[in-house]
Amino acid sequence: MSRNGAVMLLVSAVVLLLAPYFIESKFYLDVLTLIFFTAYIGQSWNILGGYAGQFSFGGVMFFGTGAYASTILLTTFGVPPIIGIFAAIFAGAGLGFIVGYMSFRSGLRGSYFALITLAFAELLRVLANSVEFTGGGVGLFLTYAPGLHNLQFDTPVGFYYFSLLLLAISILIALWLERSRFGAQLAAIRENQDAAEALGIDTLRCKIYAIMIMGGMGGAAGTFYAQKYLYLDPPIAYSISLSVEMLLVTIVGGMGTVFGPLIGAFVLHIVNEITRHFLDTPGLSLIVYGVILVLIISYLPNGLMGLFKSRSKASDDAGLGPDETGGASKDA
Amino acid sequence: MLDVRGITKRFGGLVAVSSVDLSVSEGEIVSLIGPNGAGKTTLFAIIAGFLTPDEGEVTLNSSSINGLKPHKICQRGMVRTFQITQPFAGLTTLENIMVGAYANTTDYDIARSDAERVAEMVGMSSQLDKSADGLTVAGRKRLELARALATNPKLLLLDEVMAGLNPTEIDEVVQIIKNIRDSGVTIFLIEHVMKAVINLSDRTYVLNDGTLIAQGTPHSVASDPIVIEAYLGHGAAETMKDRAQK
Repeated sequence: MSRNGAVMLLVSAVVLLLAPYFIESKFYLDVLTLIFFTAYIGQSWNILGGYAGQFSFGGVMFFGTGAYASTILLTTFGVPPIIGIFAAIFAGAGLGFIVGYMSFRSGLRGSYFALITLAFAELLRVLANSVEFTGGGVGLFLTYAPGLHNLQFDTPVGFYYFSLLLLAISILIALWLERSRFGAQLAAIRENQDAAEALGIDTLRCKIYAIMIMGGMGGAAGTFYAQKYLYLDPPIAYSISLSVEMLLVTIVGGMGTVFGPLIGAFVLHIVNEITRHFLDTPGLSLIVYGVILVLIISYLPNGLMGLFKSRSKASDDAGLGPDETGGASKDA
Repeated sequence: MLDVRGITKRFGGLVAVSSVDLSVSEGEIVSLIGPNGAGKTTLFAIIAGFLTPDEGEVTLNSSSINGLKPHKICQRGMVRTFQITQPFAGLTTLENIMVGAYANTTDYDIARSDAERVAEMVGMSSQLDKSADGLTVAGRKRLELARALATNPKLLLLDEVMAGLNPTEIDEVVQIIKNIRDSGVTIFLIEHVMKAVINLSDRTYVLNDGTLIAQGTPHSVASDPIVIEAYLGHGAAETMKDRAQK
């Protein structure tokens, strides 16, 4: 990252750290918390979808499994969530390994992989509904007992910092990917798997690692959610809408970029709040989401982050030789 | 260094490669030629682990590499390029080459300097920041070469790196390949450009309809009647001899 980028990152980190001292409204703090949470879970999708190019439609399965892991540990065994969150990360990563191993080993790519993840998430939802220890359809109720060991807080400020911490970790992971061998290998797999394999990259292993990182991140998000809302049932834990939201914010913001999910989360939550405030029709925000997604995909295939990058890309194109188009088609 | 013994590959009823034996020794440049559809690329794909042979064995440095995945074979020091170039289109030239360089290091700065060194060797230094999908055919072919070279191989399999290039570009690539050999890399290449084949190779194998029909020095192979007939059709060698006498 450039020096300017580092300075900007530092400044925004300080601003976000101090924000609760200036924002009086609990409502706005809560909105920011939700934005950070969505950006975090979007980033988890971005690791596998954006960096490694493996789109999943069932990303919620890690969230739900993590949420159940820490919640069951708490309600049944009395394990405090501050330890439980690590169990949730472990459960998410473990599920990632299972799903990744099974689907990547059989060579599933593209829409087939996306659909198998959707199937896994649905399977887990049905399973959670029918077994005893998840509380079945009744769900699990958590007791309200604020305290750091419970990862519960009596003011929105506490959850604000919790979500900010998650967001910071997710951004550090993405920054690491930008400058590490593993990140380069994922990008190579995304762009051309055969060529990646030819250049000595163990594509199966890399993809499994990527889905395990996604799973671990999703697991922690599950604990966050359970401790914030104190209730968990199968439709919440394995909701398709959260699967969609995490890919939506990433596509809108920019796949395979560090700040794409955060920008996407900002835009979508602001749109959501605006439509809720000014229009009474319920569900309208979803329609606006849909329109935004269509517009972004048609005009900004690289997401909103593409706006910043497009300038350098344009200067690239200007430098092409005249024989370019003929040459390219010949090669294809 | 590389030994191929009795390799046969069938696709349904079609025998693409039929009991092929060949070998490449350290320090050589060996070429594989043959008409379109002869099975050259299939043979390369088998050697590099992209296809599994139905019969036969491939050994690299006297250990069998049958059934190994391509990335394992690459780690053992043999890497291939693709006839139809396979750039990482969304990445820059530098990032493309760095993917290859990361085969030997986990460090960003080392991978970067390795990639820059390789780029200089293949004459791509001025295009490092260019997106790979904006390269010309010549650029893409060089990128294939550079990426493979960046993995620091002992044996390089080049699949038609000169196809589609103009004569000047071909001369440049011939020189680059000579330089690569002089740096200690053994080279096995598929090529249609005869000028380059004759210029470069120590030995040449000719594949036709999946079978090896000739081998030897490039000059002896080029004047072999069997080879001429394989390219130009039955009776072509006779006709050419008659015309030469008249």
